[in-house]
Amino acid sequence: MTLALEARGITKKFPGVLANDHVDFALEKGEIHAMLGQNGAGKTTLMNILYGLYQPDEGHILVHGEEVRFHSPLDAIMNGIGMVHQHFMLIPVFTVAENIMLGKEVKSARGMLLDRQRAEEEVRALSQQYGFSLDPTALVKDLPVGTQQRVEIVKALYRQADILILDEPTAVLTPQEAEELFVIMRSLAAQGKSIIFITHKLKEVLAVADRISVMRSGQMVGTTTPKEATEAGLAEMMVRRKVILKVDKKPATPGEEIMRAEDLQVLDDRRHPVVNGASFFVRAGEILGIAGVQGNGQTELVEALTGLRPIAGGHILLLGHDVGRVRPRQITEAGVAHIPEDRHKHGLVLSYPVADNLVLCTYYLPPFARGPVMEEAAIRENAEALIKKFDIQTPSPFTPTGSLSGGNQQKLIVAREFSRPVKVLIASQPTRGIDVGSIEFVHQQIVQRRDEGCGVLLVSSELDEIMSLSDRIAVMYKGRILETLPAAEATRERLGLLMAGVKEETATKEEVHGA
Amino acid sequence: MARRLLTGIGIPILALFSALLLGSFVILSTGGGWDKVLTAYGAVVYGAFLKPRGFSETLLAMTPLILTGLAVALAFKAGLFNIGGEGQFLIGSLCSVWIGYHLTGLPGIVLVPLGLIAGMLGGAFWAAIAGYLKSRLGSHEVINTIMLNYIAFNLGDFLVNSRGPMNDPTSSVPRSPMIALSAHLPRLNPGSPSDRLHAGVIIALLATAVIWWLLYKTTLGFELRTTGANPDAARYAGMNARRNLVLAMALSGSLAGLAGAVEVQGLNFNVPAAVQSFSAGYGFDAIAVALLGHNHPFGVVPGAFLFGAMRTGADLLQLRTGVSRYVISIIQALVLLFAAAPAIVRWIYRIRAERRVEEAPLTRGWGA
Repeated sequence: MTLALEARGITKKFPGVLANDHVDFALEKGEIHAMLGQNGAGKTTLMNILYGLYQPDEGHILVHGEEVRFHSPLDAIMNGIGMVHQHFMLIPVFTVAENIMLGKEVKSARGMLLDRQRAEEEVRALSQQYGFSLDPTALVKDLPVGTQQRVEIVKALYRQADILILDEPTAVLTPQEAEELFVIMRSLAAQGKSIIFITHKLKEVLAVADRISVMRSGQMVGTTTPKEATEAGLAEMMVRRKVILKVDKKPATPGEEIMRAEDLQVLDDRRHPVVNGASFFVRAGEILGIAGVQGNGQTELVEALTGLRPIAGGHILLLGHDVGRVRPRQITEAGVAHIPEDRHKHGLVLSYPVADNLVLCTYYLPPFARGPVMEEAAIRENAEALIKKFDIQTPSPFTPTGSLSGGNQQKLIVAREFSRPVKVLIASQPTRGIDVGSIEFVHQQIVQRRDEGCGVLLVSSELDEIMSLSDRIAVMYKGRILETLPAAEATRERLGLLMAGVKEETATKEEVHGA
Repeated sequence: MARRLLTGIGIPILALFSALLLGSFVILSTGGGWDKVLTAYGAVVYGAFLKPRGFSETLLAMTPLILTGLAVALAFKAGLFNIGGEGQFLIGSLCSVWIGYHLTGLPGIVLVPLGLIAGMLGGAFWAAIAGYLKSRLGSHEVINTIMLNYIAFNLGDFLVNSRGPMNDPTSSVPRSPMIALSAHLPRLNPGSPSDRLHAGVIIALLATAVIWWLLYKTTLGFELRTTGANPDAARYAGMNARRNLVLAMALSGSLAGLAGAVEVQGLNFNVPAAVQSFSAGYGFDAIAVALLGHNHPFGVVPGAFLFGAMRTGADLLQLRTGVSRYVISIIQALVLLFAAAPAIVRWIYRIRAERRVEEAPLTRGWGA
């Protein structure tokens, strides 16, 4: 057995945190090794050390049995380690070949000009070797997300990487695209490449990995194989306690309709229509899930519903009133809670203390303000109560929010949005990038709101989340609601096809005729 | 916390030290040895603190710098870059002087505050123009405030110069009429006629406390700071971004305007036609002062004190060493350079960067 990469006793301290505590990790040649762990478990730190972004305080790294020291990612790349980041590092207006040779440009004989043709040939050869089917002359911005990801992978291969680190690669893919990625991963492994696959989706781990390592609070908890492991067992390893993966909920008892969108049209920042006549309704006491691959207009839809983005056409009715052209504050005051998709962009002021973020939407109301003056005592008491009630892990109410883990930041937002009377909850990617324990908590809170008679609109690109929480599921594709089905009738396959824009026979024909 | 305080004070001190060190090479380049450097810096210290009334003069120079520094700091907290302190200062002083020589019949208890309020309103209006243009048309406040500076300079020149509507024809130098005695701010040391220190310094320190209270204790301050720290989150929280933008500029401008009024009513008692020598770069030095004070109201005061001392000591430097007083401007510029780029200071002195949650680079907002 040959080891492609080995980490021995890696320790890394950050102020106040032991991010890696004598971590041992071994990657065999030609294996797909899944790395599981909650946010803050230390897997990102470990990967950053393996990729040369951090230097370990203690421990050794061995590549193909030889000890190495990485001072920067450049050293890691020289040693054949490639990383595909969750957020692609591609230049949209460059071609595939240009992106791939970026930083390692193919120069002409004189050394001044770029030899595009040779670069394109090299890229074509590489993608054929691994079965990628990439067009080197296509512009990256024209490619679907799944293909862009392949460009990233080829980019690493082009730099002679034989160890690939894939950081949550399936987060942006449809189930079908994820399947295709797994095929590619297996093909790469079969040709001798070693792959570290970071994810938090247990199903995928069991489907594709040869071995699975689990980290928890900076330590390596153990390594197992898909044969020996179960989903529940892995989840327990990650959080050290039993986790209810199935959301426990009673059948919904929907009441009257409280929110409706009619033929809604919304433009994106570049003034392209991205919501194209979306229509749906939400009733009190039910969860309507909006499924769809990222970038099909969900972001803009939610922004329009919450007043953050003007609508270009159609209507939004909230409790019977047209709120299509109303300020965000009026929508909030009408009883709409909003868990935003991007908690750093919209949901939080990271430099603010936790207590201030907990009153971000209510700071001007009593008891937090008396006239123009903020009531610090009330704000502190509110923070202390919510921190306790929602189990937000923070040293104090005055800790800067940015130093909290992602899961706790999300809990903070949930706590804030649920701490006032709410009739409608709009939750957009409510569990993105947070740990299993926090996901469970957020899900329970959402179901509890539903049971209290709140209408919930859940937008998520996590199919499992949509399927386990929703009472009805609407699939959004290219700015429209392609179909709405009762949760009982929704299967992964059916939803997956709808997410890819494929409607059932009759519907497809209609659309063809319509077009 | 202690560490943050340490770097908060340490970086500016190291910036000053580095600037003095580099400045000494400038002095050396004029001929002479290190003794000349020592004489020069000694003269600055003596002039600013030790010589009779030196300390008074330093406080006097500090006063407008605190107010304009607060103006820059407040705007910055709200995510705006107010380069127009100079123009707002001038408009404020023109408003104050107009009140001061027109309503001469009023008693001091009315006229003094009236003049100050007029100055604040003038500065607020001038800055609000830039805020309004940004909120309506999206034109950048940096460009607009700079342009408004030029308009203010020329407007002031037109108003106060010979045959201008605010010119005093009886004066041999072109200037506005003198304000009434009852509009003067009281002197703090009336026993010594040559001690020019006036109540403006108290107004500036009070303003510091008020601005701190406004920013950190009121809902308006919360809105302004949220808008500055994360405009998207501010919109999400239902804050009125456009209103806050205009309001923040107006508040900022009112402080610069107050500086102009204080300078008129406390020191100069008129506005000379040489308007640019009157505003004297207070609006520009304010940027350095605010930056040195990390854009915190309480940081502005020591920053203004330092710059005030350097301005005051510069004359003696020229007198004693023959080196141009503008060496001080070079040193001030170097302080600003080092303070603006703490990374350089950290690199020179090998200080480990603290983990900042959110860096607020000075250039942010250029794109927006």
